[in-house]
Amino acid sequence: MLEVQHLTKRFGGVAAMTDVSLQFPPGTLTAIIGPNGAGKSTFFNLISGAIVPDSGKVIFNGEDITGLNRAAIVRRGIGRAFQVASFFPTMTVAENLMAAISAHRGHWGDFGRSFPRPGVRTRALEVADLLGLADEADTLSSSLSHGDQKLLDIALALALDPTVLLLDEPTAGMGPEERWQMIEKVQALWRQQSLTLVFIEHDMDIVFGISSTIRVLCYGRVLAEGTPDEIRANPAVIEAYLGTPETEEV
Amino acid sequence: MLRSALLRDIAIGAAVILILLLLPMFLPSKAFQDFVIRCASMALFATSLNMLVGYTGLTSFGHGMFYGLGTYSFALLMQRTQLSMPMAFLLTLAITAVTATVVGAICIRLRLIYFAFVTLAMQMLMHSIIISWVGLTGGDQGLQGGIPRRVVAGFDLGNQHSLYIASGVALVLGLIAMRHIVGSSFGTSLRMIRDNEARAAFLGIIVWRVKLAVFVISAMFATVGGVIMSLFISGAYPELINWPISGDAIFAIVMGGIGSFLGPTVGTMILLLLNDLVTRQTQYYGLALGIIILVFALGLRRGVVDFVIQRLGFRTAGGVS
Repeated sequence: MLEVQHLTKRFGGVAAMTDVSLQFPPGTLTAIIGPNGAGKSTFFNLISGAIVPDSGKVIFNGEDITGLNRAAIVRRGIGRAFQVASFFPTMTVAENLMAAISAHRGHWGDFGRSFPRPGVRTRALEVADLLGLADEADTLSSSLSHGDQKLLDIALALALDPTVLLLDEPTAGMGPEERWQMIEKVQALWRQQSLTLVFIEHDMDIVFGISSTIRVLCYGRVLAEGTPDEIRANPAVIEAYLGTPETEEV
Repeated sequence: MLRSALLRDIAIGAAVILILLLLPMFLPSKAFQDFVIRCASMALFATSLNMLVGYTGLTSFGHGMFYGLGTYSFALLMQRTQLSMPMAFLLTLAITAVTATVVGAICIRLRLIYFAFVTLAMQMLMHSIIISWVGLTGGDQGLQGGIPRRVVAGFDLGNQHSLYIASGVALVLGLIAMRHIVGSSFGTSLRMIRDNEARAAFLGIIVWRVKLAVFVISAMFATVGGVIMSLFISGAYPELINWPISGDAIFAIVMGGIGSFLGPTVGTMILLLLNDLVTRQTQYYGLALGIIILVFALGLRRGVVDFVIQRLGFRTAGGVS
């Protein structure tokens, strides 16, 4: 299980994260919501080792992983995808995935044998297929559509066989129809791969439609957590983020 | 598939060596052999720099320090010690490896222009040491007195034809080795770091180790180029460790093509040919070279080999080729 205890991070005078304690039981699908600047991405950065908390702990399967580097955290099974799709633009889709798989298998420092080693391509195509990218396997990744680039980003995280997957706004920059296609893929993955999935999302229809648990962050603190129904009825959340039906933003 | 790629490279390399062996029968020209020796030296240097610039995205302006270090270390070891030539060669590689590890550990923490400038500063520092330490290096006169004990296994590298063959073999072996390195999983890590360093780290690559490793490896290939030059000129000169030599390697890469493995080798040939032809016609070599580089940069917008490969419809080595 992934758990954070009393996580605190300041950037200069700004408290980006204050005393956040949360648990993510295995197999859950959790949405993290909150206004801009609430500390959602910071939260992912703290878990994945991109930044080190000032105080507090990140515990994964009983082990304290606070302060470990990004590579060490990935090796323990926590993968992440990014708000702006992050991949290797001079490589094709298959090469991107083969590179990720090789790196994860610990071949990244090996100059004795040629790339890719046997079996890596097969696995890469399997991962591409999970996200519906199999037809694009030999397309240069920089010329993929925006949506497919987001899928490739997720595929790169999945190529490492994570047990926990952190998705930072998987639907950012997409039209309404594309969003649902994306989220259905994500949901299908979550079921098939029995992942613990945590995602940041601004589209409330999606958030309330698919998540089993919702956590609301606001000014670096946990404002509320609960099931979609509980969150929808929570006065503090309505006040800070959701708004009343009349003032709801479109 | 990769084994066969290596075999193919070895076959091509063997063919090149065979051609170099046969050529003097049809073209008994000293100037041509000189050209091949200088080419081998410079091409190893430029290709090794391209492992940093083209493959890893680390633009070093001071790579020439390792080329120069190779010439000085080797010449000094031959003059001042009784070591055999192969031992002096191996020790030169070791000296470069240690130096590059220290210099690299300082430089690779920096990014982009800062990396470029600190590598440049390191080279200037090393050049100053060579110039000032007159007792050891001969200062700005260079290291004179020739290189003794040049006969290895009955093969006299003081003889120009032998050095010509040895240089050709060193170039071919060096290129095959570098080609193999950039085609390995380690080579893929280099491209990942160039394309997206943060993502590479999130996929489990310990970025600084890869950067330091490629920095040291490329320095060692540059040093091999320096040793060839040292044998060719029978000593060492401060120009070979001064910063413009790094600029020459960058010119060779830009003219030949940053995205192709053989680009820097072709670029070296162009650079040396230009050097020989232009200096024969005019003393304004720098002006002529500058104009030609502008043509490449603004006209073709890529090196010759990249241009040809793209015209033929292939992808350049920017990806995984």
